[in-house]
Amino acid sequence: MRLLSALAAGALALLAAVPADAQTRTRVTVYTALETDQLAPLKTALEARHRDVEVAWVRDSTGVITARLLAERANPQADVVWGLALSSILLLDRDNLLEPYAPADLAGLKPAFRDPANPPKWTGLDAFLSFVGVNVPELAKVQGRMPTSWDDLLQPSLRGRIVMPNPASSGTGYLQVYAWLQAMGEERGWQFMDRLHENIAVYTHSGSAPHVQAARGERTVSIGLDMRAVREKTQGAPLEVVVPTGGIGWEMEATALIRGRPNAAAARKVIDFSVSKEAHEIYGRTYAIVGRSDVNAAPVNYPANVEAQMLAVDFARMAAERERILAEWTRRYDGKSAPR
Amino acid sequence: MSIVRATISRDDVWMRAGLALVVAGLIGGIALPLGSLFWLAVLNRDGAFVGLENFARYASTPALANSAWNSVWTAAATVVIVVPLAFGYAYALTRTCMKPRWLFNAIATIPLLAPSLLPAIALIYLFGNQGLLRPLMVEGGTIYGPSGIIAAHVFFTFPQALVLIATALASADARLYEAARALKTSPWRIFWTVTVPGARYGVISAIVVVFTEVVTDFGVAKVIGGQFPVLATDVYKQVVGQQNFPMGAVIGLVLLLPALGAFFVDRYVQKRQVALLTARAVPLEPKPDAARDWVAFGLCAIPALGILMIFAMSAWASVIQYWPYNMAFTWRHYDFAQTDPAGWGAVWNTLVLAVLTATIGTPIAFAAAYLADRSRGAEALVTITRLLAVVPLAVPGLVMGIAYIFFFNAPWNPLNILYATMALLVLNTIMRQFPVTFLTATTALKGIDREFEQVSASLKVPLWQTLRRVILPICIPTLLIIWIYFFLYAATTLSSIIFLYVTDTKTAAIAIINMDETGATASAAAMAMVIVVIAAVAKALQLLAGYWLDRRHAQWRKR
Repeated sequence: MRLLSALAAGALALLAAVPADAQTRTRVTVYTALETDQLAPLKTALEARHRDVEVAWVRDSTGVITARLLAERANPQADVVWGLALSSILLLDRDNLLEPYAPADLAGLKPAFRDPANPPKWTGLDAFLSFVGVNVPELAKVQGRMPTSWDDLLQPSLRGRIVMPNPASSGTGYLQVYAWLQAMGEERGWQFMDRLHENIAVYTHSGSAPHVQAARGERTVSIGLDMRAVREKTQGAPLEVVVPTGGIGWEMEATALIRGRPNAAAARKVIDFSVSKEAHEIYGRTYAIVGRSDVNAAPVNYPANVEAQMLAVDFARMAAERERILAEWTRRYDGKSAPR
Repeated sequence: MSIVRATISRDDVWMRAGLALVVAGLIGGIALPLGSLFWLAVLNRDGAFVGLENFARYASTPALANSAWNSVWTAAATVVIVVPLAFGYAYALTRTCMKPRWLFNAIATIPLLAPSLLPAIALIYLFGNQGLLRPLMVEGGTIYGPSGIIAAHVFFTFPQALVLIATALASADARLYEAARALKTSPWRIFWTVTVPGARYGVISAIVVVFTEVVTDFGVAKVIGGQFPVLATDVYKQVVGQQNFPMGAVIGLVLLLPALGAFFVDRYVQKRQVALLTARAVPLEPKPDAARDWVAFGLCAIPALGILMIFAMSAWASVIQYWPYNMAFTWRHYDFAQTDPAGWGAVWNTLVLAVLTATIGTPIAFAAAYLADRSRGAEALVTITRLLAVVPLAVPGLVMGIAYIFFFNAPWNPLNILYATMALLVLNTIMRQFPVTFLTATTALKGIDREFEQVSASLKVPLWQTLRRVILPICIPTLLIIWIYFFLYAATTLSSIIFLYVTDTKTAAIAIINMDETGATASAAAMAMVIVVIAAVAKALQLLAGYWLDRRHAQWRKR
């Protein structure tokens, strides 16, 4: 049945692509940081359902897309932001760039994935988590013990062998640092990071890079974006995906409508679609945690039952504390460390 | 009829009008966009005026001195390695009968064909912790850090230094060498008293270009720099990591300092440069000399092998299943639709951008260099042209990209119709690559005696005739070099246009970085190889065109 509907959607998309039709379609510019494999299925499914809408993606990493949106604020170019870290969406809100809109099927989302404001300015669609990746043969070479908790990362055999993102460059890095401070408390959190720093080989400038490095055996243990660890394992890396006990940091990716753009009617249809069950089933192929409870998301190789481990994160507070925490982190670890 | 010297001729009027146009273009394409970003340096994040507070805060950061020092010493180390290598290579190419010259010429261009990720991937696969050549490295050594930064930059800046030095060495007057030999001067002394002074302008330009490129580039430092802070990655942290544009603007301004220094060095040297190719000059034709030619071969072979090794490594990386755990052969990484929604469309966009940039940029860069070099009077315009022309060298791509958003997307700016179009990408790319092309054209023009114009003027031949019949034919090789230079840069550039592309104008270089970020390293290497092939075809066409035009037009220079 699924196959049939996919085929039908594909056929419709083909029909929709004929030039005569193209002239009557409204082009909606969508800025996104979603995984690239999400883009084609989402576009096909949406354009099959709303035949008068054409999606034009501009996809890049979270940092680049956020910088573009903020730099363009005097004259916004995006109609919709679909799949961008909530902390970035809140920055756009601070600059008054968002148009509140309650999509048709808002009630279908879990409460945590809804903006408490009414009408909401954003709707959540998935969560990205910070996981640990372990290169099994490399770990065996240094006779390390497979970590199961954060404290296990402090074992001496991992000295100079762990890679994690730099929180000053990467949102994934910051959510991890914030999660440690939240789960362990401020004082113990910094003590933990002081000791972890001894084992860190490098702080990368991207949240994706650590797991890629561990997957290739360049490093033994990585801390970073959940999806990347899972993807590398699926591609054939000898990478063990570990969900350490002691609390997992995470952030939500959300969708929002940009204020004052000419194609608002078509853009609202995009938002409507983004909360639909159909869309969430597509998210569920890549992301384990999605916004709707009626969708069973289970990407290949993703660890089971992580939802129980996720910390209760106050995103507004996480954003407010950012400058202070980054300053402290930079003071402690950024300038003084020698390259390894 | 009065006899007044320095009357303003009709040609002078045209040249000044042209120069004014060039200055207007440079102000619109460089000064105003940068100004609209740097203005933020005195504002806080909410847009209120705070004077020098951001500068004070930045100066109090302990990491600053560290980053600045790291930037300076890695750049200096790169210069010390690259400039002698490039000089030896250029000397072998232009002044000896070493064979096969065309092959070495072609190999030296390879780094220009490569998107910036290519050497980073290759160096990691060669010298990383799982690298093929890892056993060759000293105990405890690592490619992540300064050694990786320097190695990748040596690869990238080598052809740029080579172009500038080879242009300077290519125009030499054989009579000087004849005279020196007649005076029984030793070859060593001839080298230091005739060859080196003649190439001085090219060498200084090369030092300036290499130094500032290393200081401002963040792409290499980001991927292979490891835990090694430099100024350019500080900008990245502020702009992309924290979206703190005021602080990004502050560091961007700090990075302008080396460019200003370079500008004054450049001016100082120019005042002392005399034309080598005077109207009576006889082009130097190198004569075979077995011993010297074999040494030249060695000088070329070592860098050429290094370049080929990096290139071969990434070619191999693009056809293996999963490095380093599944080394089976596969073509599947070339099915780009699997890893990027634009698929092969990005390759087409790259081609369009490269052809437009090169074809529009070449006449502009050459005209600007000619007008700045040959205008009489209009000193102020000349100085502004020279200054603005080299500024982009010192501006990191991502700073220029954000600056373009602020300026070209402003609601009050009538030029905002260019925003989100290919035209803006073309403009940005021309401006980003303007310094090197402008310096290349200037170096070539410095070698051509002003007497050509003076004689023509006294014969009442209009300037455009002199240009068409004399100057342009002499400069055809240089024009072709500038064209290919723009083309290759446009095909591989990333850091600036990543902020300016839209769905329809996404280029392959952007697709490559996106692929690498999502872990599809092999696909990134594969698309990099496609770009290399396209760029290599363009380069081959340029060499063929040069050969053909040279046979048609350059006969008169031979004896």
